[in-house]
Amino acid sequence: MTSDQKETLQQLQKQILEMQGFKPALPGNAEGFGLGPLEHCFPNAVFPVGTIHEFLTDNPEEAAASDGFIAGLLAKLMETGNACLWISRNRKLFPPAMQSFGVMPEQIIFIDLYREKEILWVMEEALKCEGLAAVIAELPDIDFAQSRRLQLAVEKSHVTGMLLRKEPKRLSATACTVRWHVKPQPSEMMEGMPGVGHPRWEVNLLKVRNGHTGSFLLEWAEDHFAPFAATEPIVEHTKQAV
Amino acid sequence: MKRFVSIWFPHLLTDWLVIRKPELKGRVFVFTEPIHGKVMITAASRDAETNGIFAGTPLADAKAIVPGIQVFDDQPELARKVLTRIGKWAIRFTPIVAIDLPNGIILDSSGCSHLWGGEKGYLKMILERLRESGYSCHAAISDTIGTSWAIARFGSVSPIINENQQYNAILNLPPIALRIDEATTQRLHKLGLDKIGKFIQMPRSVLRRRFGEEFLLKLGQALGTEEETIKPLIVVPPYEERLPCLEPIRTKPAIEIAIQKLLESLCSRLSSEGLGIRYAELKGYRLDGKLTQVHIGTNQSTHHVSHLCKLFELKIAAIEPALGIELFILTATKVEPVSIYQEKLWNGKPGLADKGLAQLLDRLGGKIGLEAIKRYIPAAHYWPERSLRRAASLEEQTETTWQIANPRPMELLARPEPIKVTAPIPDYPPMNFRYKDELHTVKKADGPERIEREWWMDKGEHRDYYILEDEKGRRYWVFRSGHYNDEKSQWFIHGFFA
Repeated sequence: MTSDQKETLQQLQKQILEMQGFKPALPGNAEGFGLGPLEHCFPNAVFPVGTIHEFLTDNPEEAAASDGFIAGLLAKLMETGNACLWISRNRKLFPPAMQSFGVMPEQIIFIDLYREKEILWVMEEALKCEGLAAVIAELPDIDFAQSRRLQLAVEKSHVTGMLLRKEPKRLSATACTVRWHVKPQPSEMMEGMPGVGHPRWEVNLLKVRNGHTGSFLLEWAEDHFAPFAATEPIVEHTKQAV
Repeated sequence: MKRFVSIWFPHLLTDWLVIRKPELKGRVFVFTEPIHGKVMITAASRDAETNGIFAGTPLADAKAIVPGIQVFDDQPELARKVLTRIGKWAIRFTPIVAIDLPNGIILDSSGCSHLWGGEKGYLKMILERLRESGYSCHAAISDTIGTSWAIARFGSVSPIINENQQYNAILNLPPIALRIDEATTQRLHKLGLDKIGKFIQMPRSVLRRRFGEEFLLKLGQALGTEEETIKPLIVVPPYEERLPCLEPIRTKPAIEIAIQKLLESLCSRLSSEGLGIRYAELKGYRLDGKLTQVHIGTNQSTHHVSHLCKLFELKIAAIEPALGIELFILTATKVEPVSIYQEKLWNGKPGLADKGLAQLLDRLGGKIGLEAIKRYIPAAHYWPERSLRRAASLEEQTETTWQIANPRPMELLARPEPIKVTAPIPDYPPMNFRYKDELHTVKKADGPERIEREWWMDKGEHRDYYILEDEKGRRYWVFRSGHYNDEKSQWFIHGFFA
């Protein structure tokens, strides 16, 4: 391969990435999500907005950790002033808690439904609406075709979709861009002070389309994410097949 | 010019009974009521009247004429009920219908009759439909209620009295056609004034002295010199549009066209007044006399036709046309001023005011119900379950702010679940607790945060909340109900922290 061909190939790859919703960092948004080394796992080292993310949780404690992590992401996504939609069945999320992650609870519209079909319909409709910052749906199971529909919806509108899969029954392939698994980690107080410190999580990237997987330790410090202890990922980077 | 239709049902109650019991058709039967210890007939069937039995005859006399006469008890208010039902049915012909006891209804047909091809077609349509359903009836149309009433009951020439012809129309009618009382009528007859034409020219002062003010009022109301108002059966809401259909409508595209047309005219009216729809109702009057209706709600008042059309389209499946719908009525049951959307030079933060969002929520609300869509604002309570309340609209704000002094859990259980704890020292956090068969050793803890119950709202113990972190870094919100009481203390888990 000559250098010319290589360059063309890179250009094309970049174009494909852009078509799939991975945009290079915008000049005004240079600081990103402040996720630290985690962001280098994503294509172009930019947190992919305008795509579908899925969060796996195995128990209520992890669900709460995922909620918190999502709230931290929402704080950034909703900086534009747009509202977000939270669709759920048996919602346990306690809106006042969003405040500690820099999200105004009154900016979130909750939709409580019972039927899976309705949740999917509402999510797809909502993802088509450009006036929203993000759409979060609590849905344990989703198949490939359904997730593909959601992905197609966001490719047009550039709304970020998040699927919170609480205790999923089966883990089949989905069209989601990133698969997360957030686990709570013991908190740390300054200089051995008593009490419970800032929330800390072990954030696992189980799948990143066109990126790397990895595991990271993150803390929510007052109003931003902060990596702690090990700055290097625990698990070695592994290149995943595209 | 106002036009009124008066419809007279000479056999209202008996026709009503025949419709319900077809075997009575052609039989002699009466309704009776005891008056002053005497059983009097209040309504007689058509066949009874041919035998000389009328309302007001004592039952004993009637029995002498027709020995096998069938007798039914008259129920008070029955006539009103029947007339109300007929009146509601007649709303398809005009929005303003009033009942006229004891045996008629009045329709304000101003501006309605052209939809049925003129007054002749209008009257014919109403009478045909009423007669089809089994009521014998007579009707007349004129400028005044009084004249219509008189012509419907006593007229013999034409039921349609042209504009300003009331005077000529009632000349040959008997005085009772003026809706005056029995005594006055008899006095007029005694004086030989058996036709209205004989006294209508007399000076008013003479008439007033002889027959009273009431008499002149009724005469004036018939001629149109005195005002007369009717009490509509259903008050017409201010924002309503009607669409009568020449042919009954049964198909989805046709219903869509009807909705489109109604919305266009309603919205152009609303937009000129700066108002928009929050709730709207579409009623379809069916050929079989039943009513089918759907309603929509919006999150922000709007008079955007295509958006409202989309909302109704989601509901068309719920409209049952059956044999066909002959009249559509679209009512804006709740209107609010529209906030004028201003195009911004610099893109600010639209947030919840975003138009796309409001339209999305309307669409969602149309499908899943507005109940499912919630937004929360802080409420002035410390009690966790009451610390937030549902906002009534997208715009609603409160002066109260969210409590941020103490952390709140990310997930809150709908109902606190009891747990077993080991808490050896009073008012210290527990050392460990057992939740869902798993023993959690507490490594770090915060608390207690005492939250008192609002005694004016409910009774019970206060709660002492602790934030606990176990050996795996999982964070919980637990509380002890009431004061520390060694073994007997009750502990609950209420939520999970991030």
